[in-house]
Amino acid sequence: MKKLLILGAGTAGTMMAAKMRRNLDRDDWEITVVDQDDRHIYQPGLLFIPFSIYRTRDVIKPRSRYIPRGVDFITSEIDVIEPDRNRVRLSGGVELEYDFLVIATGSRIVPEETEGLTEEGWQETAFDFYTLDGAARLEGALEAWEGGRLVLNVVEMPIKCPIAPIEFVCLADWYLTEKGVRDKTEILYATPLEGAFTKPRASAMLGDILDKKNIKVEGLYSAGSVDGANGVLKSWDEREISYDLLVTIPTHMGSETIERSDMGDELSFVPTNKNTLQADGFENIFVLGDATDLPSSKAGSVAHFQGEVLEENLLRAIMGRPLVNEFDGHANCFIETGFGKAVLIDFNYDVEPLPGKYPVPGVGPLSLLGESEMNHWGKMAFRWIYWNMLLKGAEIPGVESRMSMAGKWS
Amino acid sequence: MGTTRIAGQEIEVNKDGFMSNPDQWSPEIAAELAREAGIDPLTDKHWQVIDFCRRDAADKGEAPGVRRITKNAGVSMKEMYQLFPRGPGILSAKISGLTKPKGCI
Repeated sequence: MKKLLILGAGTAGTMMAAKMRRNLDRDDWEITVVDQDDRHIYQPGLLFIPFSIYRTRDVIKPRSRYIPRGVDFITSEIDVIEPDRNRVRLSGGVELEYDFLVIATGSRIVPEETEGLTEEGWQETAFDFYTLDGAARLEGALEAWEGGRLVLNVVEMPIKCPIAPIEFVCLADWYLTEKGVRDKTEILYATPLEGAFTKPRASAMLGDILDKKNIKVEGLYSAGSVDGANGVLKSWDEREISYDLLVTIPTHMGSETIERSDMGDELSFVPTNKNTLQADGFENIFVLGDATDLPSSKAGSVAHFQGEVLEENLLRAIMGRPLVNEFDGHANCFIETGFGKAVLIDFNYDVEPLPGKYPVPGVGPLSLLGESEMNHWGKMAFRWIYWNMLLKGAEIPGVESRMSMAGKWS
Repeated sequence: MGTTRIAGQEIEVNKDGFMSNPDQWSPEIAAELAREAGIDPLTDKHWQVIDFCRRDAADKGEAPGVRRITKNAGVSMKEMYQLFPRGPGILSAKISGLTKPKGCI
């Protein structure tokens, strides 16, 4: 019996298990997935919890429910990968051998990386919304909010979902307006990027949206420390920003397993071929989703597009055939901009987001790089697509893994 | 893509104004690029960073991000911001004749 081992049962790992179970003969191939717990969180939903749009129960389901039949699911912490022995050791001492390994261990926030952030004031006046706990506590803080200065800070890149900070400040603007305290609130977005987003045209467009909402942007701002007692954020170049409420998107790192296995870069992301998704230096190891060091966005849509390429390449590797250089960095994100509207962007390694219609060129119904109510409903419908199509490794009609220029104007 | 004259030499640059051919780089060009960015003169500490960036990029094919530099070049994050004010990752890459580190995408 040959063995395919998948580490991680998040978006990427779960989807890959479904795809490979369909492809590999059950008489020849055993597929095993390992994750540390049985709690799958719909991560795009975390953004909505602080604003009471989703409750925590709306974003959690058992991982095991989405592991396809014929795939073993083991709940255990993963101690270390031993690539020279084609073996993975679990925390309890169990050893799993593999012929092929897929690393889909994701990324996590590490607020401890910023001096002072998790000390005085942590989860009193400073919160994250990238964890269930953080998002739920922030909901309480926003409920009690009466006005003051709200600062959203991205500590450093890369982060999961690079548009989440923009969505957060837009939703905060809407939420506080509804609550009647927007005029008593100053909203500031402090980012290490030059402007609102990573790509110039989208950055200009989103910058305009923020400007109209009277949300200020402090660019090229790299947070070095937090003085929680006095409510002050300090950058490495000594710019101080005072806050009444700090919403932080902390440093992101890959899994501790990667660090222990000495397979990661300085942030414990796994060096990966940006087109084939093979781990650098290991022929039988592939990496998918947030765990890679690729310059693509860390997002579910990206994992989905990578998944189609990885399915092809894993089958090729198994048959000893050359890999295809296919992944183009394609990403596709809905950006919730508040008041029931959203913007949709579609881009890759080389082509920045452009205006147009999607997924049917010239028709839509979704508008690229433009605000619309239809885009908002697209974003809301995405949760259903996530649980019912994406995790099952199904193709989403009209949405291709390679980016298309049809229906866009530059 | 275009060319520009730096330190008396015709140099290939990309649309962001970064050198697109690291082989054309020289210490004189580094000094000139640094002056344009308001850094003058380049100190031993600057060179420690630039040397690491050049070596690392030759090995990895791309400019290292700030985190990678502070982990390997013997300078702290604080020093990086003193040496290359505002955008230390972008500036150290630029002066080292490399394109933007991918952490900036």
